[in-house]
Amino acid sequence: MNTLLSDANPAQEAAVLTRRLAIAGNPNCGKSTLFNALTGMQQKVGNYPGVTVEKKEGTFYGSQGQQMTLLDLPGTYSLQARSPDEAVSRDVLLGRIPGTPCPDTIIAVVDASNLERNLYLVSQILELGIPTVLALNMVDTAEEAGIVIDPEELSQKLGIPVIPLVASKRFGLIPLKQALSRADLPAPKFCAPMPPALAAEAQQIAPFIEAPAQAQFSEAILLLGLSEAALAESRHSSPELRVKIREAQQRLNSAGMDVCSTAVDARYQWISRICAETVRGTPNTGLTLSDRLDMILTHRVWGSLAFLAAMALMFFSIFTIAQVPMDWIRDGLKLFGSWVESQMPDNDFRSLVVDGIIAGVSAVLVFLPQILTLSFFLGILEDSGYMARAAFMMDRLMSRVGLHGKSFIPMLSSFACAIPGVMATRTIEQRKDRLVTILVAPLMSCSARLPVYGLMIAVLLPDTSALQKSGIMLSMYMLGICTAFLMALIFKKTILRSETPILLMEMPPYRLPSARDLLLRMKERAVIFLKRAGTVILALSILLWALITYPKPENPEAKGSEVIAHSVAGQLGHALEPIIRPLGFDWKIGIGLIGSLAAREVFVETMSIVYNVGQDQQGDGVETLQETMRNEKREDGTPVYTPLVCVGLMVFYVLAMQCLSTLAVVRRETNSWRWPAFQFVYLTLLAYVGTFIVYQGGKLLGWQ
Amino acid sequence: MNNTLLSHLTVGEKGRVLSLTLPADARQRLMEMGLTPGTECSVVRFAPLGDPMELRVRGYHLSLRKAEAEGVAIERL
Repeated sequence: MNTLLSDANPAQEAAVLTRRLAIAGNPNCGKSTLFNALTGMQQKVGNYPGVTVEKKEGTFYGSQGQQMTLLDLPGTYSLQARSPDEAVSRDVLLGRIPGTPCPDTIIAVVDASNLERNLYLVSQILELGIPTVLALNMVDTAEEAGIVIDPEELSQKLGIPVIPLVASKRFGLIPLKQALSRADLPAPKFCAPMPPALAAEAQQIAPFIEAPAQAQFSEAILLLGLSEAALAESRHSSPELRVKIREAQQRLNSAGMDVCSTAVDARYQWISRICAETVRGTPNTGLTLSDRLDMILTHRVWGSLAFLAAMALMFFSIFTIAQVPMDWIRDGLKLFGSWVESQMPDNDFRSLVVDGIIAGVSAVLVFLPQILTLSFFLGILEDSGYMARAAFMMDRLMSRVGLHGKSFIPMLSSFACAIPGVMATRTIEQRKDRLVTILVAPLMSCSARLPVYGLMIAVLLPDTSALQKSGIMLSMYMLGICTAFLMALIFKKTILRSETPILLMEMPPYRLPSARDLLLRMKERAVIFLKRAGTVILALSILLWALITYPKPENPEAKGSEVIAHSVAGQLGHALEPIIRPLGFDWKIGIGLIGSLAAREVFVETMSIVYNVGQDQQGDGVETLQETMRNEKREDGTPVYTPLVCVGLMVFYVLAMQCLSTLAVVRRETNSWRWPAFQFVYLTLLAYVGTFIVYQGGKLLGWQ
Repeated sequence: MNNTLLSHLTVGEKGRVLSLTLPADARQRLMEMGLTPGTECSVVRFAPLGDPMELRVRGYHLSLRKAEAEGVAIERL
């Protein structure tokens, strides 16, 4: 012991003294609000090893000044371990995750207005034998609904402290901290009463289970309740144990017991007894405000209109409000870049700093306003309870392609930018459905495609009406949407084959989102993006800069177009020409395609370097570029940008994965390079085939 | 005569769960959300496109698809 202490560094000593708490609860019980109220800005987000479940931790101080670390477990309805979230919660509480020691106290959060279902998870938590404090949240809403819970009675029945609170109003936090600071918190000795036959089989199996002694019985009950498929996937059971469990299940089945449902039923019977003794008052039967709102918001006509309006507002804000700071960031850094340029001698290092690093930082930061705006709106949608209604209304459409209603929002968000869209897939519980959504999300035309569409439409039809232009634009959006649904359907039937996920979704009452929770969420999303994707995006931007800069032509007076033609990117463009010629593209377009790998809108910039235009004239650069492009001729004197090439280029940009930033985020979200690599290959192939059909098919029909 | 399937109830109708005939995982999930035999529930509404449906059960609102509701035998109340 002594040697241990003397070897330990100060951080480890502090870790010994720090209390480790975990906060668990159902979704929508106010768990995050309580977590935020306790820890404030002292939060950090990471991932559990090997899974994509988020690990959120915070610190706060107890009533006697003890430091406490608080681990936010994913919101789940059960510890049955069928989904990654449930499995992580269970593994953390059993101390099975490397690097995440077993918590010494659990805060179990329950929604007082919905006690029965919330106690289900509590009954599973109590069986783990870890000291637990019950946070009876939202007692105000419960009382408004006519539900009065006797905390002392409930505390006696459960054998743990029960603290009534209203986390959103910070009411009850001090008694909660006092309860948590007690050194003598008792470990609950609880087991939900199970039918004797089931209990006997569980006793037999318990000693063979790898878990703390007091949790073995409850783990045995859970394992007995797993279906054969779920059992085969459970990570913490040896083959011998699985044989024992299957034998026990067969014995119980032949005795006429349905093991899967018996344990659930037994828990709810226990809950009903507890509630009968602790819940007083008569619940109001009239319509609540939430019910009234839902009569409008999920109405066939008004609901759909409200939904469209909400989505339109979200988009409008992203395109207008977010656009302003985006322009500031872009222009500000451009200005900074030219100032640096004027201060440094003209050499390669200056070019690296200005065109590589500063441009790369700008490429990262420019996404921030969109991510902040979108997470603000998504936060409102989620915290208010409207997200569940949106999924409820869209589920029919999404289930046609084998997806869940919850896939709708990430896909919709991707119209602004696939990066926050991919990040928003975290609400989808099933791994395969989440992957399908991530894989098709970039097919939604993001805002970075707009400059490309704009340029190509201008080259295609310079003098056409705005109506016609929007028509072309709209058809590009529709092409993306239809392809996304088609690909989702194909993935669900092939590589990510799985049943349409079952929809079993709580429709929480509408609540006013708290500004504090919203701000913390925005900060969290921004930090995650900057830390996890920003670095990769910056590195790739610098790599891309090198590709379009080196090697240099021998003539030092060479113009931009000559430099780029001589560079690796230029050579790649030439090398690409035989491949892209069937699409009607020449090597100059090839350079544009390579250049826009960093971000699609860079296409416009790269093309102006290639054609040596718009370098000095600010503002009307695009106009000169479209003129130049329209006059560009092939060697045989025919124009390069025929209508077919223009449409083909747009189709290419609808379908192709021309965005390294998205790939970096997908890598972060899926924890491997395998999925982003697959995504890049399939979307590029799709773009190639799509453009090929447009160009060659069009030529066959006699168009140009 | 009074026994039917949950999916056949209309808006506002009430029922008591008799049994669940669904694959093991789905059955367990439904029961964990509180739809155990003997529980009363009522239909609040159907989604604008006809599916899924929203129930009131154990004092809260739960939505599920008709496909699953077809596996829930109900005694109409």
